[in-house]
Amino acid sequence: MEHARVLRGVAGVAGFLAAAEIVGATGLIDDRFLPRMSSILRGAVELLADREFLADARATLAAWGLGLLLTVAVSVPAGLALGALPPVERAVRPLIEFLRPIPSVAIIPLAILLFSDNLHLRVAVIVYASSWPIVINTIYALKDVDPLAKETLRSFGFGPVSVLLRVSLPSAAPFIATGIRVAAGTAVILVVSAELLAGGSEGIGIYITEAAGGNRMDLMLAATLWAGLFGVLSNAVLVAVERRLFRWHDARTGAAR
Amino acid sequence: MLEITDLVHSYGSRRVLDGVSLRAAEGELVCVVGPSGCGKSTLLRSVAGLIRPTGGRVLIGGQPVERIPDNLAVVFQDYSRSLYPWMTAANNVALPLRRRGLDRRRRREAAMAALDQVGLADAADKYPWEMSGGMQQRVSIARALAYRPSLLLMDEPFGSVDAQTREDLEDLVLRVCAHHTMTTLLITHDIDESVYVGDRVVVLTRSPARVAADLPVDLGESRDQIATRQLDAFVRLRAEVGRLVRGGSPTSTVLEKH
Repeated sequence: MEHARVLRGVAGVAGFLAAAEIVGATGLIDDRFLPRMSSILRGAVELLADREFLADARATLAAWGLGLLLTVAVSVPAGLALGALPPVERAVRPLIEFLRPIPSVAIIPLAILLFSDNLHLRVAVIVYASSWPIVINTIYALKDVDPLAKETLRSFGFGPVSVLLRVSLPSAAPFIATGIRVAAGTAVILVVSAELLAGGSEGIGIYITEAAGGNRMDLMLAATLWAGLFGVLSNAVLVAVERRLFRWHDARTGAAR
Repeated sequence: MLEITDLVHSYGSRRVLDGVSLRAAEGELVCVVGPSGCGKSTLLRSVAGLIRPTGGRVLIGGQPVERIPDNLAVVFQDYSRSLYPWMTAANNVALPLRRRGLDRRRRREAAMAALDQVGLADAADKYPWEMSGGMQQRVSIARALAYRPSLLLMDEPFGSVDAQTREDLEDLVLRVCAHHTMTTLLITHDIDESVYVGDRVVVLTRSPARVAADLPVDLGESRDQIATRQLDAFVRLRAEVGRLVRGGSPTSTVLEKH
């Protein structure tokens, strides 16, 4: 079952690559505009030995990791506070509903004005954009905690803070984790966007801009490919962590993922 | 030990408890039986301090219940919601013991001892969702026992298990209640069960609940699922409780004995 699914996925990707290569080979598309798939893939492999690219990738990864860490540190407590205190949530709600639909990339110009340091800029943009899914998921998950589960601990004389930390937080944890996974994907988009728009000295976005400037479409797309692969990989890792940590949740809801 | 006087509770304009008074002596096992939705659970929650009743008084060991008392434990009907699925059975049982100021090792020991009492020593490291309903409710009972409460409250504790398991759990409760010196208030809608398990049966009327009758159970200390249920005294008392639950008035024969 699992095997068949993986096989089908691989077949789909291989089919797409082959089709792209064939279209390139027939000369339908001028390969000065869109390089052949084979040269993009060759470029992607070459990048692994390219010191400059590796330094850029490390810089992006560091900004992403730091940004995501800060996002979790800020948004989980914020979500817990809002979820546990409905009056505060009702007061803050209109603000959230106004800010959330603003495309996050649109705040990058503002961030450029506010931050002179490039790392600060990227981290700030990540924290702003990636906090929403975590905050929203945490609020809803807390609202959904079984009242009997809370009452049970209360009946043993535990206070509201203990109940929040020992019952509500673990109950909500699987949903918070999903929020973090969505946030991780958003953070990849934001960190590369910030590099593309704000420039700077290092980062995958910077590499892409420079490759485009040097008319190396193959390397530009190869770097883009790596950025995409990183997104896929981080998502897969987080899914695996969720499955391992929250076996009890899947077992209970009977979710076959 | 437990003294409930003139307890009144209303949800908005709907009155559910209409002056309920009952007492339970130290070590007694009192069953409260009444028709579905008559306010039995509201009664239990008032005693547990989980809700503040509209009127009346609850005393536990002479102390009025104002907040949640720290010498009582509750076993709820819905074990699957009341146990924590992210914890093993042993950790579920050990969790409330944090309130007792025990260190990790002592908590584990007390949890293992309680699980042993309910016959689950081997399942300590299993998760609730790996267990049958009956086993899960045993874990809930062990959790209450490990806490060593002086008052044990049980809200329809056998309402969600099959008949065979229900009988096993009834005998388990009889055994542990005899073993520990604690007062037990067991809420049920099952007439048969109230007579089989109780030292006394308190019958509530339809909502808003009042006490229809307070009947002693003269079946002796040791009870047996087959033999006890065949006794004339059991059959008579069961019929009497059944009549009362259906809204009848007490018959003179039982009243004389009372």
